[in-house]
Amino acid sequence: MRRILRIFVFLAATLLAAAAVHADENQLVKASFIPQWIPQAQFAGYYTAYEKGFYAERGIDLTILPGGPECPPDRLLLSGETDFCTLWLSRAVQLRAQGHKIVNIAQMLQRSALMLVARKSRGIDTPQEMNGKKVGLWGPIFQIQPRAFFKKYEVMVQVIPQSFSINLFLRGGVDLASAMWYNEYHTILNSGVNPDELTTFFFHDYGLNFPEDGIYTLEETYNENPELCCAFVEASIEGWYYAFAHPEETLDMVVKNLKQAHLPAGRVHQRWMLSRMRELILWKESSTPVGVLARKDFDRVASTMKNEGMIHRMPEFEDFYRKCHADR
Amino acid sequence: MRIVRNRGITFKLIALIFAGSMLVFALIMGMDYMVSRQIVLEKVKSNAHYLTEATLNRIQIVLASIESATRNQTQYVEWERGTREDLLLLVRSLVEKNPEVYGSAIAFEPNVFNAASSCFAFYAYRCDEAIQTTIFDGINYQYLYKDWYQIPKELNRPVWSEPYFDEGGGDILMATYSAPFYRALAQERSLTGVLTADLSLSWLQQLVSSIRINRTGYGFLISKNGTLITHPNPDLVMNDTIFSVAEARNSPHFREIGRSMVRGERGFAPWTSIVTGKEGWLGFAPLESSGWSLGVFFPEDELMEDVSRLTRNAIFLGLAGFLVLLGVIFLVADSITKPLRELYLSTVDIAKGDLDAELPRVRSLDEVGQLTKSFRHMRRALKEHIDQLTEATAARERIESELKIAREIQMGILPKLFPPFPDEPEFDIYATIEPAKEVGGDLYDFYHLDEHHLCFVIGDVSGKGIPASLFMAVAKTLIKATALSGLDPAETLSKVNDELARDNDACMFVTVFLGILDLRTGNLEYANGGHNPPLIVPGRGEIEFLKPPGGSLVGAMEGIAFESSRMSMVPGDTLFLYTDGVTEAMNEHLELFSEERLKRDLTSLRDQPIKEMVAGIMHEVHHFSQWVEQSDDITMMAVKYWGLP
Repeated sequence: MRRILRIFVFLAATLLAAAAVHADENQLVKASFIPQWIPQAQFAGYYTAYEKGFYAERGIDLTILPGGPECPPDRLLLSGETDFCTLWLSRAVQLRAQGHKIVNIAQMLQRSALMLVARKSRGIDTPQEMNGKKVGLWGPIFQIQPRAFFKKYEVMVQVIPQSFSINLFLRGGVDLASAMWYNEYHTILNSGVNPDELTTFFFHDYGLNFPEDGIYTLEETYNENPELCCAFVEASIEGWYYAFAHPEETLDMVVKNLKQAHLPAGRVHQRWMLSRMRELILWKESSTPVGVLARKDFDRVASTMKNEGMIHRMPEFEDFYRKCHADR
Repeated sequence: MRIVRNRGITFKLIALIFAGSMLVFALIMGMDYMVSRQIVLEKVKSNAHYLTEATLNRIQIVLASIESATRNQTQYVEWERGTREDLLLLVRSLVEKNPEVYGSAIAFEPNVFNAASSCFAFYAYRCDEAIQTTIFDGINYQYLYKDWYQIPKELNRPVWSEPYFDEGGGDILMATYSAPFYRALAQERSLTGVLTADLSLSWLQQLVSSIRINRTGYGFLISKNGTLITHPNPDLVMNDTIFSVAEARNSPHFREIGRSMVRGERGFAPWTSIVTGKEGWLGFAPLESSGWSLGVFFPEDELMEDVSRLTRNAIFLGLAGFLVLLGVIFLVADSITKPLRELYLSTVDIAKGDLDAELPRVRSLDEVGQLTKSFRHMRRALKEHIDQLTEATAARERIESELKIAREIQMGILPKLFPPFPDEPEFDIYATIEPAKEVGGDLYDFYHLDEHHLCFVIGDVSGKGIPASLFMAVAKTLIKATALSGLDPAETLSKVNDELARDNDACMFVTVFLGILDLRTGNLEYANGGHNPPLIVPGRGEIEFLKPPGGSLVGAMEGIAFESSRMSMVPGDTLFLYTDGVTEAMNEHLELFSEERLKRDLTSLRDQPIKEMVAGIMHEVHHFSQWVEQSDDITMMAVKYWGLP
């Protein structure tokens, strides 16, 4: 016992000394990051990278700001309150088209997880059967794909603004609801609705694959310190790989973070979410390397938005994207 | 079974009765346990029913009072436009009058209360024992798409929200009852706003948490979405739904029960405790107004404790009873088998031959007593039989010994000493008789008639037994006496014939060959009374039967004449005489030794001394009929003539 203790003390001292030397040698650069929503498994990779010290290893002294409905990341990014954030590609294209100088430095999700969910009991099995139905939709960015979808299938729907809870759908207040595959869809299942009682419409199945979460920074930030930006991306991707390789450890951390934020912290739900993120980030059907924004994806999103009248002109891909990382 | 098969009756009785009654006992105990368990389960089921209903009633009373208070207020705001002060007073009074209500709000549709404002609401809430009021105007609180507003609006009916943690209050669990209200706008009844009452659920959590079934049974409450509102495991509360628990446990059964619960059904189903992992039963029933469901878990092992204890006691008593029963069986079996064992020991002695062995005393007339009596009878009968047998055997032995003596006497009258005339070199004579078991009637004899004449006789009396032997003795004596009187062979046979035939009521007869050899010349005069023809074995030349063969039987009929024949023996010639015991000796194939075989065998033995010749033929006969019992006397005689020295 005493011997083990002695070894432990020795190790601790060595580590402390090493850390001190490290800090002295490499002056850490301060940076901040905000995810676009609460600290759920959707952002497990960033939190993992932070916890495991992947940012610090690359010389970044990172602060992760609490995300959520009260803290829109785009506002914080534009105001300079954060250096990095995640945004949906569509929102970022909109911002760039509006003249905000933000750049995508990594496209994390290659597949759209946005979907519409309907109860089969409401008689909805095909897109055409949506006609005249009450559809719960989130804010404007979340409406681009549904509206293009309705136009494509020439259906008129009654749009009901949808909050961040899925209860309106569960209580029968709407016939269809917007859902993220990794989040609300599972919430519906775990409210006692069986998958075979539901009809699902994944937009990526209908030619409307809008890749979602990507990492953004200001063009100015990138131009000043591209090494920092790419180091952030590298560390984040390493974090994701680590999270996928160690799901239970990652879930421990996610659940802990959610509890600290006084948010529902169902481990089962977070496990589902982490599994889905793995599929969305390491999407098997995609030829695009992890973390890379494909021009065709950018073009699809931008042109659809232009057609929808969400933007007046398409930003240039070269202006919009700074490639930091490519691996597979 | 082999273990049982060769054991004593006591062992078998004990083993079989024990096994049989054990089986019956086990069946009864099993049935008893099943039935008791069923009874207890039924009781638990009804207990579960009453418990859940009582708890639900207590909750329902509170919820119903809030529901009715809220609906009353909606009626007021539908009828009265009300000023800001009126409406503030309204929400304040709702909070004041209902101690469980934490806050109350009246929220209007955009531009209804105030044409310029998209959102307008009045709110009263408890704060440190006092009641505070606030007015929300415009953008500072966007409630239109909050569940508490949107759901009753879209459903057009009052609803209970999913429970939630109060945003400002920290860890207080709340649920909001929201009732839409309507006013006539442009001749049309249209939604004007929503009136709410926020209910703190602390009391409800306490109420449900206080449910304790035995030691580890518990109650829990789930919301309409299946979210666990109260549960002994605090980590699950508000984090998990009953369905996510089912997913974590990979249990479709849990999920089905959960679906049954959120559908508002009542039930009683097998369940596994989420806390202890114990098996048991879940009774559940819905809270009608909110769609929530109360589940109460009953741990099976604790419910069945009494039944188990009862069963354990019964098994213990049963086993004790068995031991007693075993003792009784042992005593009974022993009392039955003891006389049997005693009888057995006696019969062992009897079986060994000791018929005087003591049989056990008959104490009762049961099967063993009867058996003992039978053995006694059997022993007596056996004894009598053996006595008779002994007597009969003694009688037979006496007869046999007399017969033996008779036989010895009979044999004794035949000359046995060889060589009989050692001083006379002119001839050799040798004879032997092998008597059959029964007294037979073969005879032979030889004697000097005078200094130069040797008479020799061989014969065979008809029949067997004492009569034959007596007849033989008579015939032999008669022949000798007659021959000595100086008659020739034919005359001798005639005279003997007449003597024997006279008063021969038994019609017995004898075959006789009688020869008289002149020792000086080798002339042989002979007569044959129906006897097998002797063989002449010459020194050189072929062996031949002496002619003429046959002749009449001696003693059968009076007055028969016999003829004498003559032949001349040269030195080295041998006359071989025999009875039909030789030629008619039979082998196992019912073949006779036959004269041909005799002749052949004699040929091979012709150069032997006469004793060896006779012994050789005897050996051949024995060899021939070795598997067949000898049925007739075998007699042979050989006379070898050497002539004068």
